[in-house]
Amino acid sequence: MSRKKSTPETRGGKAIGAGDRSDFVSVTIADQLFGIPVLQVQDVLGAQRITRVPLAPPEVAGSLNLRGRIVTAIDIRTRLRLPPRPEGQHGMSVVCDYEGELYSMLVDVVGEVLSLENNTAERNPATLDPVWREVSAGIYRLDGKLLVVLDVARVLDFSARVAA
Amino acid sequence: MDDLLSEFLTETNESLSVLDVELVKLEQNPNDPELLGNIFRLVHTVKGTCGFLGLPRLEALAHASENVLGKVRDGELPVTPAAVTLILESLDAIKSILAALEATEAEPQGDDARLITRLTALANGAAPAAKPVKPKKRATAAVTLGPAREAPQSEIVHGARASEGAVQDGKESKESFVAAQSIRVNVDLLENLMTMVSELVLTRNQLLQILRSQKDSEFGAPLQRLSHVTTELQEGVMKTRMQPIGNAWAKLPRIVRDLSHELGKKIDLCLLGADTELDRQVLELIKDPLTHMVRNSADHGIEQPGERTANGKPEAGTITLNAFHEGGHIIIEISDDGRGLDVDRIKQKALATGLATEVELAAMTDQQIHQFIFKPGFSTAAKVTSVSGRGVGMDVVRTNIEKIGGTVELKSQRSKGSIFTIKIPLTLAIVSALIVECAGERFAIPQISVVELVRAVANSENAIEHVNDTPVLRLRDRLLPLVSLQELLRLGTGRQDAETYIVVTQVGTYTFGIMVDRVFDTEEIVVKPVAPILREISMFSGNTILGDGSVIMILDPNGIAAATGEITVTEHAMRGEVQTRAEARQNLTTLLLFRAGQGGQKAVPLALIARLEEIDVAQVEHSNGKPVVQYRGRLMPLISIDSSCAMKSEGRQPILVFTDQDRSMGLVVDEIVDIIEDHLAIELNGDQPGLIGSAIIAGKATELIDAGFYLTRAFTDWFRASGEADWSGKRTKRVLLVDDSPFFRNLLTPLLSVAGYDVTTVESGDRALTLCEAGEDFDVIISDIEMPGMNGFEFADKVRRAGRWQDTPMVALSSYATPRDLDRGRAAGFSDYVAKFDRDALLNTLSETLSERGAA
Repeated sequence: MSRKKSTPETRGGKAIGAGDRSDFVSVTIADQLFGIPVLQVQDVLGAQRITRVPLAPPEVAGSLNLRGRIVTAIDIRTRLRLPPRPEGQHGMSVVCDYEGELYSMLVDVVGEVLSLENNTAERNPATLDPVWREVSAGIYRLDGKLLVVLDVARVLDFSARVAA
Repeated sequence: MDDLLSEFLTETNESLSVLDVELVKLEQNPNDPELLGNIFRLVHTVKGTCGFLGLPRLEALAHASENVLGKVRDGELPVTPAAVTLILESLDAIKSILAALEATEAEPQGDDARLITRLTALANGAAPAAKPVKPKKRATAAVTLGPAREAPQSEIVHGARASEGAVQDGKESKESFVAAQSIRVNVDLLENLMTMVSELVLTRNQLLQILRSQKDSEFGAPLQRLSHVTTELQEGVMKTRMQPIGNAWAKLPRIVRDLSHELGKKIDLCLLGADTELDRQVLELIKDPLTHMVRNSADHGIEQPGERTANGKPEAGTITLNAFHEGGHIIIEISDDGRGLDVDRIKQKALATGLATEVELAAMTDQQIHQFIFKPGFSTAAKVTSVSGRGVGMDVVRTNIEKIGGTVELKSQRSKGSIFTIKIPLTLAIVSALIVECAGERFAIPQISVVELVRAVANSENAIEHVNDTPVLRLRDRLLPLVSLQELLRLGTGRQDAETYIVVTQVGTYTFGIMVDRVFDTEEIVVKPVAPILREISMFSGNTILGDGSVIMILDPNGIAAATGEITVTEHAMRGEVQTRAEARQNLTTLLLFRAGQGGQKAVPLALIARLEEIDVAQVEHSNGKPVVQYRGRLMPLISIDSSCAMKSEGRQPILVFTDQDRSMGLVVDEIVDIIEDHLAIELNGDQPGLIGSAIIAGKATELIDAGFYLTRAFTDWFRASGEADWSGKRTKRVLLVDDSPFFRNLLTPLLSVAGYDVTTVESGDRALTLCEAGEDFDVIISDIEMPGMNGFEFADKVRRAGRWQDTPMVALSSYATPRDLDRGRAAGFSDYVAKFDRDALLNTLSETLSERGAA
């Protein structure tokens, strides 16, 4: 893969550190709250017809058509080594722009946009599962729950994934 | 109209409009140096282009104006209204000439001497006359209304024909006809349009779907109309992006002409496939690389006329550009018949620049050494000419081509010329594709590589059979290897229907079948590249959105062929390497392994076998004491390998069917074991009739049967003579066998290899000559006479005329061996002439010819 890996310094830099507050689209995957930097989000979609792509990495759920553009769908559950979504739950997609290409992140539920104070941000705990640590750009302390910031670039970089 | 001229008109008219405004501004701000500089540059450009196009009258006028402006810029002349008026007047004169130029494609007659004199006088310091005399302009008597022209190099939207602008009062500065015909549009805008139209199409399709479920809807008629308009709109928008490649090389004839004058060479430029359409953006990006490569060919490739004639080449060199579609790509070949790349000089240069060490160079093939020319700053031109050799070259070319996902390959041979092959993916190009379904998923296969469709139904003539679990299909006297898309794409082990469709696909010369569950119709699709994270999957060349809005992957037949191991097609592999591999592959023989009679495993070249049949023993009849079976309306004799191999008494009996022309023979075997591909190396000669010898095949000692022997048993006249040949005097001599009949090629190959020859076979004289050019050497060439295309005589003539095979002995092989043919053969340059069916004579002739040559 020719894409440059983002360095830890710039990782999620757009979200963290720019001003006092950062905006995230909150999503829920397997009851865990995640945040995707709002500036990277292009669309939020309901359940879509997804075409399977044979031989693709397991994280790639397939391709879908977003107003004439072909978008590659990434199943975040598979990416995070979570069990598949329960039957009957259709899931939603957050479409992100990464280096000019569109990727659709399949999540369970998309919530609202949260504006979070940067002083509530924490680094990843050292004990976090390596797979999670890889895609997480940090953690925000919210009232009663924690929000894991998804780093889109890292989510898409399967080549560096930690062997299961 | 000349494209150059048309472009010039568009550009100059634009510049002149700008100038008008700028000059008026200058009059108001006489001391704005930036404004002055800008005006000066515009006039200078106009002058320069006029000179380039050979328009003396315009050039003289522009030159005089430029002089005045130059002085003004340098502060030698003040900006006075009179001076500005005079320059504006000269601009008007230029405009009128342009108008005439546009109408008649030639400069109008006329004299601007007075205007020029006044301009020169002004430049020399004289105050311009207060009331300028109208110059003798508007010399254009009749402005004819030619058909609208377009400036092909610019992004064009065909507008309404602005014909009303053409006839106007002569005193008014007439709007340029050409300029009004085309407008420049940002490509992004077109891109957006394209996306929007796709969206519209999808919505239209959904509406139509709804309409279909509702009978007698009042929306029917308007929707039909909408549908129609949408289709036209889509086509129109697509067209704006596609342009024939000819536009990119429109300037080449001129460039080559100028170069040939400058360099004192004679060069013919041959442009093929100029109407091959490709995406405008891609076209723009390859324009410069193409021009550069043609310049290179003209400068480095083509030799001086003297050198050419001395080398026996025609005085005029040829540069050929050939563009065509191939397997979802656009291929552009730039070939010249010049001196080729100088490997030694590239080596020296590589050493000098430290790109490689001597040891590394020694280990490299010529092909690898050629690659150095793509390295930055690499120029082998002995002297830097104005044309090329400045070290900015092929590396930039390669970078530009790779930027659009293309590849550039090079094949060169000393004193024969070079071929550059540019392969560009059809990004955004429209292709026709066949939509198929496999395991519930739909895929598109580019129509261009689909040969035919076969419906295979179990227990019918078109049933899929298995040889050691490898599926094959009998297709008109051939066994077609099959690829299961389901297995290939790991789509799970779903149902195996009784009915399977086979998409017979061709990649290069390799034909194979792709097994799919269903076949839909063909659709015009817009190929879109796959996301970067999926690019490593070689099975897909792209993806697309179908009319119903679903995303579908486009299968890449090249990738499938490569994945199934039958052919090595690597995008980045050198064309030469691919060829060598293909040639190495030629030496491999596909063998059918079977068991019959006594002894171990037996083998026969698969290509000799027309079909594998299982016949019902009850159908076997006896005629003249020999077993025969009715096969395709004829009697086919059945032959056993030896007396110990008896036919089964009941049930089904496997037989191998050999067919030549209209005769068939069935060889009774016990069991068909496998089909394998191996290098045929006979280890032991057979001492038993019917056996060529023994070889190690698939790790087992295998007896290679002599199909010829059994053929003669079935039909005594199949060959006129049979029997054991004298295998003495074996030496590994290389034999090239040229025969268009695969049957004879396959028959003679084992025969000759057992006689100790290293056999290479080709199917035509052309292919043989390609081998010759590729630097292959042979001790003797055996050629058939009756061949389609180039016949044996012509081939011999070509070989004898020039080249490395000039002295290679040639033996003609023909079913006609009359004295007249013999004479004709000798005249054409054959050393000997052998009747096709006389195997002994052939072997004797070969050994004689070779020993004669050895003695000589």
